[in-house]
Amino acid sequence: MLQSADLDAIRAIIARAKRWDMFFALLGILSLMVGVLTFTALFVDMAIQGVPRLDFEFFTSFPSRRAANAGILSAWVGTVLVMLVTALAAVPLGVAAGVYLEEYAPKNWITDIIEINISNLAGIPSIVYGLLALGLFVYYFGFGQSILSAGLTLALLILPVIIVATREAIRAIPQSIHEGSYACGATTWQTVSDHILPYSSAGILTGVIIGMARAIGETAPIITIGALTFIAFLPPAPFAGDPPAGLFEWIFAPFTVMPIQMFNWTSRPEAAFTVNAAAAGFVLVFMTLAMNGLAIYVRYRLRKNIKW
Amino acid sequence: MQIPSGLEAGVEGDLLKAEVRDLDFYYGGFHALKHVTMPVHDRKVTALIGPSGCGKSTLLRCFNRMHDLYPGNRYAGGGIVLHPDNTNLLAQEVDPIEVRMRISMVFQKPNPFPKSIYENVAYSLRVRGMRNKNELDDRVEAALKGAALWNEVSNRLNELGANLSGGQQQRLCIARALASDPEIILFDEPTSALDPIATASIEELVTELKENVTILIVTHNMQQAARISDFTAYMYLGEMVEFGITDQIFIKPTKKATEDYITGRFG
Ligand SMILES: Nc1ncnc2c1ncn2[C@@H]1O[C@H](COP(=O)(O)OP(=O)(O)O)[C@@H](O)[C@H]1O
Ligand SMILES: [Mg+2]
Repeated sequence: MLQSADLDAIRAIIARAKRWDMFFALLGILSLMVGVLTFTALFVDMAIQGVPRLDFEFFTSFPSRRAANAGILSAWVGTVLVMLVTALAAVPLGVAAGVYLEEYAPKNWITDIIEINISNLAGIPSIVYGLLALGLFVYYFGFGQSILSAGLTLALLILPVIIVATREAIRAIPQSIHEGSYACGATTWQTVSDHILPYSSAGILTGVIIGMARAIGETAPIITIGALTFIAFLPPAPFAGDPPAGLFEWIFAPFTVMPIQMFNWTSRPEAAFTVNAAAAGFVLVFMTLAMNGLAIYVRYRLRKNIKW
Repeated sequence: MQIPSGLEAGVEGDLLKAEVRDLDFYYGGFHALKHVTMPVHDRKVTALIGPSGCGKSTLLRCFNRMHDLYPGNRYAGGGIVLHPDNTNLLAQEVDPIEVRMRISMVFQKPNPFPKSIYENVAYSLRVRGMRNKNELDDRVEAALKGAALWNEVSNRLNELGANLSGGQQQRLCIARALASDPEIILFDEPTSALDPIATASIEELVTELKENVTILIVTHNMQQAARISDFTAYMYLGEMVEFGITDQIFIKPTKKATEDYITGRFG
């Protein structure tokens, strides 16, 4: 028979134990706030400075010596094109490598060494990739200081991210699904193309976006391979101009990208250029957030049909 | 080598679909199957029973070369001969995919693909290169009927398989295993994740299926083995202790170990 005195004692113990719950919840919230508030403060400060500067002309003007006339046309076009090349190169290579390692590679010491190296690659400072690319793409392959060189450099940079994300997405597929496919008599390739890739695409996409979000803000390797800081023309559009440009001529064009444009403006003494830099920064952050938003939406759409 | 009883146990006229002969199997250094010998009778239900960890799943998964998917697994001696063509399923030169096209499998936990009900069943046919829409439709319908699921899903074939109840999902997996007209279907504790009503419907289905296909079923539930199987094999620690006609195994086992297990004195 339980005495009411016992009950009081039990309640006291629970109350004491729960104080720790409270304590850790508060600690957690505090830690979270450090990150969230810092980002918010930075972003709001940039927005307050930069947003009033944003008008249509800002997006359609080339950089200029006069801050009021300067715009980010060449920078945002450059960023979009470089990102395009990066994605086209990194996604197929990264996904193929990830699938190979998970589904095909024999489990031996060579595979182990490759695995360790891939995680190491993710930790190499980006400027090192810039130096490698300067020697390899710019000079050895003769791609020059072009959009192609920049895109491939950033592709190398985010390749480990995509490989790791691909492997993790594949490992998240239950073993039973995997075995179910083989038990039906499927080959490895049939299993990969009918099951593994469709079911892991949401996870792979997340990795791709994380990689792209990293690449879009990279400055050091792009400067290393020789991006221009002042550029007042656009890469040739396919079939435009006289004589008409080829379909892929733009990939060999010189270029600049958003972070370099920002960096250039912040190093100017005039305050008006600092405002330009803030406005460009706002656009860059917006581009990144838009990419993440798109990723969340597509992931939601893809996951809706996947239940184990 | 002693031939397990059952071969000579008054089943004359019965054809053998397969024979496990002196089979040894290793997980790396672990000797999981030891000199296992057992007949599999054509279009009968053969149950594998025995305490957890005795090697029932291991033996079952030799039949469709599932072990080939993982490194370190080794078929070390003996084989499984499939009749009437006398192919040793475990022979090095026999392609495991060919084996899986002849012998299909239903797993412990229902594992429908995250695809539509239709595509789940059609998958076994698609890997065999079937593309003709009418032919696919017919075969999918026949398989779903064979798995006693057609009436429940005929008007929602495009819905996700995962939206079905557990028992329906398992019958969907049976339809998938059935669609390709296999010679043997392997069941690894197919009802252990299901409620009693779903279990009963799967058991009924299994006894109906044996009209056309040979069935090998692992079960940890002895009542289930007694209810649905024609032959029963009792395994212990990787060895085949006793094989026989189910009634005989359950009423008058020849080995003391079998009797102890069946009467619940052990296991
Ligand atoms: N992948 C594996 N690697 C190593 N040992 C395994 C593996 N799978 C099963 N075993 C071992 O093999 C023995 C038989 O397992 P299993 O065939 O799954 O038993 P059950 O009769 O319960 O189905 C057990 O001792 C188990 O621990
Ligand atoms: Mg088992």
